[in-house]
Amino acid sequence: MSRVPRASGHFRTGYVQDLKLLQRPLERWALAALLAVLAGLPFLASPFLLDLANQVFLASIGSLALMVLTGYAGQVSLGHAGLMAAGAFTVGILAKELGAPFWVTLPAAALVGSLLGLLFGLPSLRLRGLYLAVSTLALHFLVVYCGGEYEARRGYSTGIVIDPPSIGGYALTSGRAWYFVLGLAAAGTLLLCLNLLRSGTGRAWAAIRANETVAEALGIGLAAHKLLAFVLSSLITAVAGALFAYYRGFVSVEAFSLFLSIQYVAMIIIGGMGSLLGALLGALFVTLFPYGIEAVLGALPGAQRYAGVLFAVNYTAFGLVMILFLVLEPLGLVGIWRRIETYFVLWPFKYRALAGRQR
Amino acid sequence: MQLAVNIAVLTAIYALIACGYVLIYRVSRVLNLAHGELMMLGAYLLLVTAAQFGSHWVVAFAAALGLSGLVGAMVYLFLMRKMTGEMVLAAVLTTVALGVLLRGATVLIWSAQQHYPAERLNITNFAIALPGGARVSLCAALLVATMVLVYTSLFAFLRFGRWGVRMRAAGQRPLLAAQRGVNLHVIYAMAWGLSTLIGAMAGMLIAMDEGLDQTMATIGLKAFPAALVGGLDSLLGALVGALIVAAAEVMLIHYVDPLLSEVVPFAVLIAVLVVWPWGLFGTREELDRV
Repeated sequence: MSRVPRASGHFRTGYVQDLKLLQRPLERWALAALLAVLAGLPFLASPFLLDLANQVFLASIGSLALMVLTGYAGQVSLGHAGLMAAGAFTVGILAKELGAPFWVTLPAAALVGSLLGLLFGLPSLRLRGLYLAVSTLALHFLVVYCGGEYEARRGYSTGIVIDPPSIGGYALTSGRAWYFVLGLAAAGTLLLCLNLLRSGTGRAWAAIRANETVAEALGIGLAAHKLLAFVLSSLITAVAGALFAYYRGFVSVEAFSLFLSIQYVAMIIIGGMGSLLGALLGALFVTLFPYGIEAVLGALPGAQRYAGVLFAVNYTAFGLVMILFLVLEPLGLVGIWRRIETYFVLWPFKYRALAGRQR
Repeated sequence: MQLAVNIAVLTAIYALIACGYVLIYRVSRVLNLAHGELMMLGAYLLLVTAAQFGSHWVVAFAAALGLSGLVGAMVYLFLMRKMTGEMVLAAVLTTVALGVLLRGATVLIWSAQQHYPAERLNITNFAIALPGGARVSLCAALLVATMVLVYTSLFAFLRFGRWGVRMRAAGQRPLLAAQRGVNLHVIYAMAWGLSTLIGAMAGMLIAMDEGLDQTMATIGLKAFPAALVGGLDSLLGALVGALIVAAAEVMLIHYVDPLLSEVVPFAVLIAVLVVWPWGLFGTREELDRV
């Protein structure tokens, strides 16, 4: 992770200092303020807002996992929804068939996720780029088909209903309790990814992304690291899927269409490739987008005309926004954020010195 | 016998759609995942022209085909041209986004209900009895005929046509082709137009046969494994791939489980990619840019 000096007069003088996640007092205060706001939010927000926040947390877990895989390790995956489906269905099947509690189903989902990650990752040893993306796409269809087949065979054609997880008689049902669980899960994922990416593994991934041949020449085990990226990302994604299943209390293949995969890819594109902050911003943007569209349509005159085709308006606007980002702002929301930041850091000057220029 | 006819019809459908993927990939190295949606758009355009020239079905068809070719060229000129030099993945995702956009837009314009362009054109889609007790609908027979026609003319065009040779040159070595005076943008726009036109042709005939709604884009996506199985840059491969995928799908539906139809093409795709990563007839290539 290359870091631009964030403020004048701030220089790092030792490796220990260089490794700190929060380098300046301002960053520490900002984080504390953010945490305070996040902790206070559930006591002020309406149930609807709380649900939105929970959805954003869930989406962030998934998008962080995809960002690590695609944005850092450079392995393209269009089968993210398939992995989420795998996690959700593991929970659904175990809970329904065996009545398993959550401390069995969650590790099971993680296990299934990592095994599937191995399977998704195997083509990556021979395939690259487009062909890899396509093979993950194919695997997505296979996983979703298996889920649908289970639903049909067992007679749950509308979906599987799951009881909320409970600890010692206390069932996790209220939105506020979920808020803290999902928030902590998202924060844990973020911390895990942050630390992974500045470890040797993360640097190996970056090397593979930059150039596979050179990475191999440097002594990085290509196969092992690629598979590790797939396994880790799939594990996190499957757990996110499992949490999603518990949160909704309902599993159905309809929730895991190809469109969900596209949405996750859109999150990391819109947020900004190669940045964890981007994954979070993208998750926020993409999750809130349909509600924003709905609000805008509601405010427009003649809203009833669009009530029946809301999903179509949504699709159209979503496709348009994705195209606009790809064409006009390939660095995503993070790119915009960095530009603003750079403007203030450099003020009153306009341009960064050419030597040692950072992206 | 009926089974063989079904395979032939499905092969024709997949082959017609797959050659759209192949044309664009071969010429510009972009994978067009919006092909299914563009093909659906072509079929919807037939609805419009049918309303305009209802009594002259030849005119309606020709107008719809012309429009879809134009749409394809526009997609290149106004959208994909901007992605030149970007990562391969970014270009592919642009087409994915275009597909999402088109899906929404077609519902907004034509509503999600099923349409029957054949009725609008006063064409009755009667069944033809074949020797051996098999039956095939008129439109399905037309699909097979169109497939044969399209593939022969495409082979001839790419082999002997002046513009066909330029297209192949642009696909092989864009830099050298440009230096020899080939206008790459025109060639790319042409490839997009041609591919959309052929896709729309398939879309229109399928719509005449089975009606037209949002599921058509899914057929487009299912034809994509056919293109990959044969090798993404080989027309012959698309034909063979379509045959393999269609045969596997029809057989499995008939003998095992009808629900399999959604997933067979993708299972075949994975099986083939694991053994031959570049498809049966595709040229081996280095894909270092992602």
